[in-house]
Amino acid sequence: MMKKLITSIAALTVFGALSLSTVRAQSTNGMAGMAMTNAAPAAPVEAASTDPATDPAGTKTGTAADAQDAGGTHFVVSAPADLSDDDKKDTNKVAAYTDAKKAFDDYTAQAAKEPLAVKLADSVGHNRVAINFMWTLVTGFLVMFMQAGFALVETGLCRAKNASHTMAMNFMIYPMGMLGFYLCGFAFMFGGMADTHSLVNGGIGTMGGYSGLNHEVGLTIGGKFFGLFGTKGFLLKGAGYDSAAFCLFLFQMVFMDTTATIPTGGAAERWKFSAFMIYGCFIGTLMYPFFGNWVWGNGWLANLGANFPGLGHGHVDFAGSSVVHMQGGVIALIFCYFIGKRHGKYDKNGKIVHPIMPHNIPMVMLGTFILAFGWFGFNPGSTLAGTDLRIAVVAVNTMIAGSTAALATTLYMWWFKTKKPDPSMMCNGMLAGLVAITAPCAFVNASGAAIIGIIAGILVVEAVFFFDKIGIDDAVGAISVHGVNGAWGCLSIGLFADGTYGDGWNGVSGTVKGLLYGGGMGQFWAELIGVVTCFITLSVLSTIVYFIAEKLVGNRISLEVEIEGLDVPEMGVPGYGGMQMDKDSETPMLKT
Amino acid sequence: MKKIEAIIKPFKLEEVKDALGEIGIEGMTVTEVKGFGRQKGHTEIYRGSEYTVDFLPKIKLEVVLPNDRVDAATAAIIKAAKTGKIGDGKIFVTTIDDSVRIRTEEKGDKAL
Repeated sequence: MMKKLITSIAALTVFGALSLSTVRAQSTNGMAGMAMTNAAPAAPVEAASTDPATDPAGTKTGTAADAQDAGGTHFVVSAPADLSDDDKKDTNKVAAYTDAKKAFDDYTAQAAKEPLAVKLADSVGHNRVAINFMWTLVTGFLVMFMQAGFALVETGLCRAKNASHTMAMNFMIYPMGMLGFYLCGFAFMFGGMADTHSLVNGGIGTMGGYSGLNHEVGLTIGGKFFGLFGTKGFLLKGAGYDSAAFCLFLFQMVFMDTTATIPTGGAAERWKFSAFMIYGCFIGTLMYPFFGNWVWGNGWLANLGANFPGLGHGHVDFAGSSVVHMQGGVIALIFCYFIGKRHGKYDKNGKIVHPIMPHNIPMVMLGTFILAFGWFGFNPGSTLAGTDLRIAVVAVNTMIAGSTAALATTLYMWWFKTKKPDPSMMCNGMLAGLVAITAPCAFVNASGAAIIGIIAGILVVEAVFFFDKIGIDDAVGAISVHGVNGAWGCLSIGLFADGTYGDGWNGVSGTVKGLLYGGGMGQFWAELIGVVTCFITLSVLSTIVYFIAEKLVGNRISLEVEIEGLDVPEMGVPGYGGMQMDKDSETPMLKT
Repeated sequence: MKKIEAIIKPFKLEEVKDALGEIGIEGMTVTEVKGFGRQKGHTEIYRGSEYTVDFLPKIKLEVVLPNDRVDAATAAIIKAAKTGKIGDGKIFVTTIDDSVRIRTEEKGDKAL
């Protein structure tokens, strides 16, 4: 009791100290007076700092500068930067300057003749940004709903006597992951996205171009910058307290929580709740953000293409096959490996003698549909722009891949593997397709999506059988669905990206093109580098976290608890109170 | 007083209940049970791993009745529950020492 009291006080003190210290540390951009009160935003006093002003009220975001046509040509034309003496010797640069200057002069003349049009441009720009805010937020809400989907899938695939515990893990990971991300994960992941060391354009472009998250810590090797993690936006204060930053935070947070909830399925039915909570402390703070920064925070994996011509557009991952799903799958793999197999499923020789059956298939399928629905937020939302009309292609690709995968899995099981169409595998199949299409969804056409789904559907079956055979007991197929197909999804960009989208992605001009569309192997190699990096990084981080939890509380529940069911011993409340359950049929007992 | 315990196939419950009702037996207790006899289980496969299904769901029907009604009740149950296929079930007859109706505290055959 005393230990818990002290731990709680310590946690609160640390949190309080962090909050106060970040207020003082980031007051250089003139927000000190505003930090502790809710006063209406007076014009921020720009002290000696060159950091962009934040806009927490959202009253200055979205201006004429954001007004653009369907092709991305901006309405407002800025004056081109003056040429240096060296530049003037380059005829190309001089020609470009002349063109730009003429465009600027034309615009200025037109603006003088139609001042009302210029004023309207502010509204137009604001509306565009507003559409993008709305899109990002609403799709983010859909992704949040996926937490329910995961909870249902995992609980349905496990035994009834563990329902309360499995549900509770899925429930608690939502606030715990979120708090971690809010405390420092978001800052590590996106705090450097606008740092000018990166060759990738870094402001939140679709939401007004806010570029205050601009400090990235990294290594400069051979004149090239390798971004590692950001440092702006801790506790969403200072440079983090901006409406566009908040919008980005919500969207990215629900993605992080998707990763966070994946290992709870793999290690279910024997993971001590206290050990799970320790994992929960680390996932949003330290496990997820670093690889995330490298791919989406304009870190070194994003800059791979700009830094090394021949590696396509660097590691491209549109909505997170590697950042979200593969990270979760690798964590699940490590935890399943160390926590060990469930009692009774395997005999002493490692052969499966008693498979552990799902207790509620309707729950599993309902959960799968909820996930499929939420994926319409996951993938199309990743444009961060309702005004980017590629969203329709993204959504349809998502739908197609999920469907072909579900069908492929079902037929593969039915005709080739087990002679019966297995509902649990059908669900894994659909999810595998959705995971696999998550990275390429914006870059492939419908045929590509269909094929990616079919391959994912077959891959997940083989992966499930493989992990079962080598004795890694994955209660729900998390490793096979998210880890294996997350990797496949990224690699598939290197093959199937058809070159109709992605001009300028990751600072590399031209659209994203894979091998089958004349893009060469460059993109594939970049994806492979990212996939391997993900595997190594998360294996290391997960191992460390696992052993921290092992030292503190021990990860696995005792055999008695495992046999009785985790609900009452761990949680104090049965998942299905008042119902008769046949415990002997539920827990396979080894015939020793 | 005798007790009849009949293990029958679950879908036969309605028929057996009606058959007993026709010969005037209107009280019984029913439980869901699992079991097997000489029929043995069969093998199924889940996610690539085989498992045996030994136990099959059955219904256990318990009726306590006066000695002179046992034969008629047994015959009625057999007629209603038989399908001719394996797994039809079994009937066990035991002797009951006493019975009490809780509401009225009647004892013996009057309580049945």
